[in-house]
Amino acid sequence: MAVRISIRTADYDVEGQMAQQSTPPQWSTGKSPLRHGDVPFRAGTVALASAVVLLVFAVAWMLYTSSQEARTAFGWDLLFGSTWNPVETELNPVSFGGWPAVRGTLLSALIALIIAAPLAVAIGIYLAELCPPVLRTPLSFLVELLAAVPSVIYGVWGVFVFVPFFSSAVAEPLSATVGAIVPWFAGPIATGRGLIVTGIILALMILPTIASLTRDVLRLVPNTQREAMLAIGATRWETIWLAVIPYSRAGIIGAIMLGLGRALGETMAATMLVGNTQRISESLFAPATTAASLVANELTNSVSSLHESALISVAFALFGITLFLNFGARLLIWFVERNTRGGRS
Amino acid sequence: MRTFNYRRRKLVDQLMRGLSALATGCAVIPLIAIIGYVLTIGSGAMSWSFFTDVYQPPSNAPEATADAPAVAYDPNDPFANLTVEPEAGTTGSTEDVTNVYNASPRGGVLHGILGTLTIAGIGLLFALPIGIFAGIYLSEFRNERFATIVRFCCDVLSGSPSIVAGVTIYVLVVLQTQQFSAVAGSMALAILMIPIVTRTTEEMLKLVPETMREAARGLGAPTWYSTFTVVLPAALPGIVTGVMLAFARGAGETAPLILTVLGSNIISTDIFKPMAALPLLTYRYTESPYPGENTQAWGAAFVLMMLVLLMNILVRVATRKSGGNSR
Amino acid sequence: MSAVVLQELTPFYGARQAVKPVNMTLASNQITAIIGPSGCGKSTVLRCLNRMHETIPGAYATGTVMLGAQNIYAPDIDPTMIRIKVGMVFQQPVALRTRNVYENVAVGLRLQGLSNRAELDAAVERALRSAVLWDEVKDVLDKPGTALSGGQQQRLSIARALAIEPEVLLLDEPASALDPIATASIEELLMTLKSRLTIVIVTHSMQQAARISDETAVFMVDVGAGQSIGELVEKGDTTQVFTQPNDPRTESYISGRVG
Ligand SMILES: Nc1ncnc2c1ncn2[C@@H]1O[C@H](COP(=O)(O)OP(=O)(O)O)[C@@H](O)[C@H]1O
Ligand SMILES: [Mg+2]
Repeated sequence: MAVRISIRTADYDVEGQMAQQSTPPQWSTGKSPLRHGDVPFRAGTVALASAVVLLVFAVAWMLYTSSQEARTAFGWDLLFGSTWNPVETELNPVSFGGWPAVRGTLLSALIALIIAAPLAVAIGIYLAELCPPVLRTPLSFLVELLAAVPSVIYGVWGVFVFVPFFSSAVAEPLSATVGAIVPWFAGPIATGRGLIVTGIILALMILPTIASLTRDVLRLVPNTQREAMLAIGATRWETIWLAVIPYSRAGIIGAIMLGLGRALGETMAATMLVGNTQRISESLFAPATTAASLVANELTNSVSSLHESALISVAFALFGITLFLNFGARLLIWFVERNTRGGRS
Repeated sequence: MRTFNYRRRKLVDQLMRGLSALATGCAVIPLIAIIGYVLTIGSGAMSWSFFTDVYQPPSNAPEATADAPAVAYDPNDPFANLTVEPEAGTTGSTEDVTNVYNASPRGGVLHGILGTLTIAGIGLLFALPIGIFAGIYLSEFRNERFATIVRFCCDVLSGSPSIVAGVTIYVLVVLQTQQFSAVAGSMALAILMIPIVTRTTEEMLKLVPETMREAARGLGAPTWYSTFTVVLPAALPGIVTGVMLAFARGAGETAPLILTVLGSNIISTDIFKPMAALPLLTYRYTESPYPGENTQAWGAAFVLMMLVLLMNILVRVATRKSGGNSR
Repeated sequence: MSAVVLQELTPFYGARQAVKPVNMTLASNQITAIIGPSGCGKSTVLRCLNRMHETIPGAYATGTVMLGAQNIYAPDIDPTMIRIKVGMVFQQPVALRTRNVYENVAVGLRLQGLSNRAELDAAVERALRSAVLWDEVKDVLDKPGTALSGGQQQRLSIARALAIEPEVLLLDEPASALDPIATASIEELLMTLKSRLTIVIVTHSMQQAARISDETAVFMVDVGAGQSIGELVEKGDTTQVFTQPNDPRTESYISGRVG
């Protein structure tokens, strides 16, 4: 997470700094070799900045070439084929159909989004607009701190605390009653791990991200817009709902998209909580898998170069979709910021 | 003509304000609960040996079987004495954590602490020159077209899942050298740290008032000289905070390490060999069938969280002090 | 239309008192100008008159403000009701960003539950005509409000305030962000509006106060004990205040600026 940090400019007394160099510095004598420092300086910074660009190309190129073998062999089946079977057995031929992982990724991220987006936007609104001033700083601090907690810790808590609780308090009663009719909630609850617990933990993880970004875009709304609404007798909520939120709509959607990107790509929490099975079950309580956890679990133990290539294809797809989401989100947020800075009111 | 719906509007106002306060409460509670659990259960795993000892096999492990042979430690195979390599997802305790059957942990995580500091530290060494110089470029030559491309690439890196960084280094380094290693892990972490260092450096340098650059230019100082002697020192505190955040981010990452450093049960000083790391220990101990190791998982999570949170709190406190007049 | 009577009105920002207790009467169907140096509390006092002051975190006011027979600071009064009766226009023209010109004016009526299109159309046109903006915008009602010029946006702000038919209109330096032509059109507009409204205008321009107001209130900053505090030093007929001020501070202020 980026942090807003500012420097106390008053610390740096420009006059004072410069006054120390009251004796003519050597570069002012004209032909000093110091003069020529600017060319290598620029070249050096450009070179290292190019390293960043090269890195992105290296990642993309590696994903592209290393996934080639599987992509030519299976094509779109890599994403939409229903059987993932790296080892040939009498009954099943080798096949790399990534649908169980793609489905698991989409469903868990969707569950996370359905839970987290409204809650996080509400938190963002509360922090930016409604919170008493004494609570604002500590709460914002807490939210940003939570965004920094490593995902493996969410995983530990999920495995030891949340899954047992959820299995006995929600999953078992629900599967015993509703589960008979609605296949989504069908039992049995074996380990308790599955898409729904993964989705809930992912929701907790992306909540702080979306909430603090939402708060940031709401803070960008000029106060004049709020005052104009209040001055015609709008309530606080009407001001928020009819002026503040419409104003920052694009930025809020951007924040949610960034959260979605994070949920789709999250590896550890999913690996620890999803159950890691390639079997597709309709029940959200049953174990499943996700793209990221599939790669984390199998890549170092891949049994063939085709297997490896298939896993890299899955990573490639993941890279592609998060790239797309991030790009879209940043575009939206950038759009809002530009409008805010350039606007008259 | 005023069809006055005053009561309803007041009600909606109060309801929605209440709901958003409630939502904040509801969301903050489980999040605080996570921190609370890690702090309480994790601190229960603390002991002197937790910080001074390395991995010890569980004391009352099941008898050696074909699946889980109890082997003596072999330095060429750091995992040989891990009695069981649990299959992810099928093991791990779903029982109540208070079930302390066999729960007394043995050994410690010193190897993990040292490993994390080493791997993240070397990662920072890779990330710093690229990040800082790219940041200088983005700030001091901010209007060049190439700067836009660099900025975009930074966003791509910071937005892509950490597992992608792991896959990249796995393919480009681990497979090429046929060797899991701490350095490979550092490289994967560097990919994640570079965008953080770059963008904070850029932002911090941009905050340095233009008047300072102009004053230097007025004296005839070349750009490189004023950048290194005036601009960079002025922005240094901010850049340091960015570096700390990058370190904290790297120290907490698990997925890239699974694909690159593998892990180890001993203190390893060879950075070209597998090494232990706190997040890896946290993960493996969580999946372990032994309650004693599950307790260690909480302990490792505790240390990890302390490391990451302390870094973040330090950054906040430092920036709050200097950024007090920023509104 | 009712007069506005301030009795011991004392605004605070947190623990800091911004202005010494103010007592004055703002006559109905007149334009009262509030003048004074920057930081003397003009905006603060003005914002107390429709309870906008307290929307700033930590800000509150004591004393009473009578609007007709009603004390707007009585404990059972809801500030949103007061803001419907006492409209306000700010220094910075505000076009609500996501709304077109029409909705910028209609928004206050919609809040009150008016949804009949014909009634809305009529009210919007009436408000825009009162704000002398109708002829300029009648063909671009569905364009974004932000597309208008600064002067037009300020008249749009006035139209938005007028649409809900307030009894009092407060204006805080409404022309300071505008060019002279736009300023003249706003001043003209206020002169025509005073037959329907009680108008209070804060201005930093004494010429403007002299041109349009019937009465003038002069505020000053009192810098005592390291704490600057605003103070009402004089209030009276505009001509009298500018020609024969009672208070020496007014005298020096006016001569210093108008000279
Ligand atoms: N939002 C605020 N918070 C704290 N003090 C304020 C705020 N706005 C104004 N003040 C203080 O109140 C005093 C009066 O300000 P203001 O009413 O804006 O003056 P004027 O409009 O006459 O220039 C000033 O000393 C100013 O510092
Ligand atoms: Mg003012």
